Amino acid sequence: MIRRTLLAACAAIGLSAGIAEAQTQNLRIGLREDPDILDPTLARTFVGRIVFASLCDKLFDINEKLEIVPQLATGYSWEDPRTLLITLREGVRFHDGDVMDAEAVRYSLNRHLTMQGSFRRSEINTIEAMEVVGPLQIRIRLTGPSAPFLSQLTDRAGMIVSPRAAEAAGRNFGNRPICAGPFRFVERVAQDRIVVERFPEYWNAAAVHLNRITYLPIPDSTVRLANLQSGALEMVQTIDPDDVPAVRRNSRLRVSVSDELGYQGITINTGNGARAQTPMGQNPRVREAFELAIDRDAVNRVVYEGMFVPTAQPVPPANPMHIRDFRPEPRNVERARALLREAGITTPLRVEMTVPNNPDLRQVGEVIQAMVREAGFELRLNATEFATSLQAAARGEFETFLVAWSGRVDIDGNFWAFTHSRGAQNDGRYANPEVDRLLDAARIESNADARRALYAQAYQIAFRQDRHRIYLWHRKNIVAHTARLSGFVNVADGLIRPQGIRLQ
Amino acid sequence: MWLWLLRRLGQVIPTLLILSVLVFALQQLMPGDPALILAGEERGDPQVLAQIRAELMLDRPLHEQYLHWLWRVLHGDFGFSWRIRMPVGQLILEKLPVTFQLAAMSFVIGVAIGVPAGVMSAVWRDKPSDWAINGIALFGISMPNFWLGIMMILLFSVQLGWLPPSGYVPLWEDPVMSLQTTIMPAFVLGTGVASVLMRHTRAAMLGALSQDYVRTARAKGLSETFVVGKHALRNALIPVVTLGTIEFGRLLAGAVLTEQIFSIPGFGKLVVDAVFNRDYPVVQGVVMATALIFVTLSLIADMLYMAINPRLRTA
Repeated sequence: MIRRTLLAACAAIGLSAGIAEAQTQNLRIGLREDPDILDPTLARTFVGRIVFASLCDKLFDINEKLEIVPQLATGYSWEDPRTLLITLREGVRFHDGDVMDAEAVRYSLNRHLTMQGSFRRSEINTIEAMEVVGPLQIRIRLTGPSAPFLSQLTDRAGMIVSPRAAEAAGRNFGNRPICAGPFRFVERVAQDRIVVERFPEYWNAAAVHLNRITYLPIPDSTVRLANLQSGALEMVQTIDPDDVPAVRRNSRLRVSVSDELGYQGITINTGNGARAQTPMGQNPRVREAFELAIDRDAVNRVVYEGMFVPTAQPVPPANPMHIRDFRPEPRNVERARALLREAGITTPLRVEMTVPNNPDLRQVGEVIQAMVREAGFELRLNATEFATSLQAAARGEFETFLVAWSGRVDIDGNFWAFTHSRGAQNDGRYANPEVDRLLDAARIESNADARRALYAQAYQIAFRQDRHRIYLWHRKNIVAHTARLSGFVNVADGLIRPQGIRLQ
Repeated sequence: MWLWLLRRLGQVIPTLLILSVLVFALQQLMPGDPALILAGEERGDPQVLAQIRAELMLDRPLHEQYLHWLWRVLHGDFGFSWRIRMPVGQLILEKLPVTFQLAAMSFVIGVAIGVPAGVMSAVWRDKPSDWAINGIALFGISMPNFWLGIMMILLFSVQLGWLPPSGYVPLWEDPVMSLQTTIMPAFVLGTGVASVLMRHTRAAMLGALSQDYVRTARAKGLSETFVVGKHALRNALIPVVTLGTIEFGRLLAGAVLTEQIFSIPGFGKLVVDAVFNRDYPVVQGVVMATALIFVTLSLIADMLYMAINPRLRTA
């Protein structure tokens, strides 16, 4: 009798300890906005990708050195420059219990390519044909050689969904996504929370220590941080650079910082409609004077506590295509004034800059305004709400536009679309046939050194001779979390990968 | 009575129709193309844009879009959110209890503070306590909600650790936690209501206290508490009740800034996010739902007046 009671007590203690352990492994992450639809084919927002990092594994992933590493695939080989053979991991299951195989990969890629409203099509539209070679092998044939193709499979285009679930749900798949990630979908209350729980049959279950993750959208950065400080969150996706010192002083919190993949820059309207017909839009010397009047370091110190990395090119130092010698020119007001004189400009020259309507970017605009005034520019700031500024930029209703890009793993995603004359995001309609040729050649060049040399030439023409865009700095992914949390790896893409994370 | 009710209902339908046309037309004046927003970083691809426009009927003439929307609304279908693809009707039903709870709590706090403060201020007219109450009320009206909200979060959540800084837990899931998450935003909103109610109660009470029947009551030797509480206050409350319903309606329409600061997933947050993302079906749905609430509230208020004051029935 006594023994039985003792046993029961032990069991109860063990059980409650287990429950306590389970409860401590619940992670709450504050996001800066509510993600859009959770369907890898239809999703567009950055915060959505953070949630996908727990729900949907990809064929490949990237690590903190920006190297492509296997995830659902175990390897790949180029049979020729146009043909890619991908080998898949064995024993992977979707959250509905179905087996992830080559047919599912073919189905998912085809869904990305053909589904109405797909946002993945432009990322992988170089696919010409797909062939299931065996249960774990798929051959992908491209329309031509493509250096950036593999990197596309490290993001949403490489996410594999359960064909059965996707067929059944159709366009509503995003309301209950079924993938092969470490966590499965539990519930979503719009603008309140997204909850996922550990998927016991995950192929890499040993790396998953958390039981449950709750994503909470909290738009105000002060409130987001207050939640972390008061213990209502264990992690926040991003905090402002000027909050970093306060978090560093707090012994219960930790900050993790990595360089982002993208950049902040100024797009200049050189060929999009009537607003391009200004000295700034037509004369590279005027643009050079404008750039020489800006002191990137000083803006960075004033607005961002000096945390960001000043730059003159579209990719950060960690990117293999970064050209180390292509640095920002130091500020030179004398030279800027001389350039304006040479260009026959009567100063002050009025220039307008469209600035997204948020506090730090408005401040950046104001500091630049003061700097370029010394060189003879009268910069007028046009603070515009984000949605409006996008439309204005596409229609050419701007002279200069202070804009950021979240960045892609491969340089092509940061460069081609913005500088090529056919580039979809070349809002200023910059066009130089020689630059087009170099960008197209680099796109199909598989030798890294040769590719870098092509980009170096393109930089020289587009950013030193024509100066159609001014790169300012690479921002940082600043993640703050409780000191109880360990095992987080801050990769440049800013995602929160749950593998390896645990709470003490 | 029934004829009157029918007449009122007859007014409601055209009101809602005109409002729906207005909302539809005003949205078109908003700068920013919804297709560009929805396309996100793929916005440079004309094919993507065309596809989105076709799918959402944005390429059709405005009247056609409107009639299509109206037809579906008449069948109880508010469409789906362009951004997250959830049915708008479901979103509204999800947010309504949240906003209702917040509004009710704010209102209770507002009345509990505002009415007694107004009465005291009127009774102690031109005394130091009157000035103090007036000063506090002025502070309450002029203090921006977002500032008060952030200050409260920093004090009660970060410094003292008494309350969760933001978020929302439904009442039926965990009543205690639910009250904890809503008490700060309700207080922030309630102080605003309290200040308005206090000023109006004070004015109405001053009016009532100078009336003949109050003098008569005092002359009869009734206690001051009885005179103020029974005779003056009851009469003074009529305009205050009217104002109260308006304030309650305003609270229900969503407290945009407060909900944003405290991450309360209610009407205000829903509509703000929808406007910024040009999620037109959500904006239309929420505005129509709010209008319906307002119309219903004013109808109920009118019916209550008629129940209270028989003279109105013949009017």
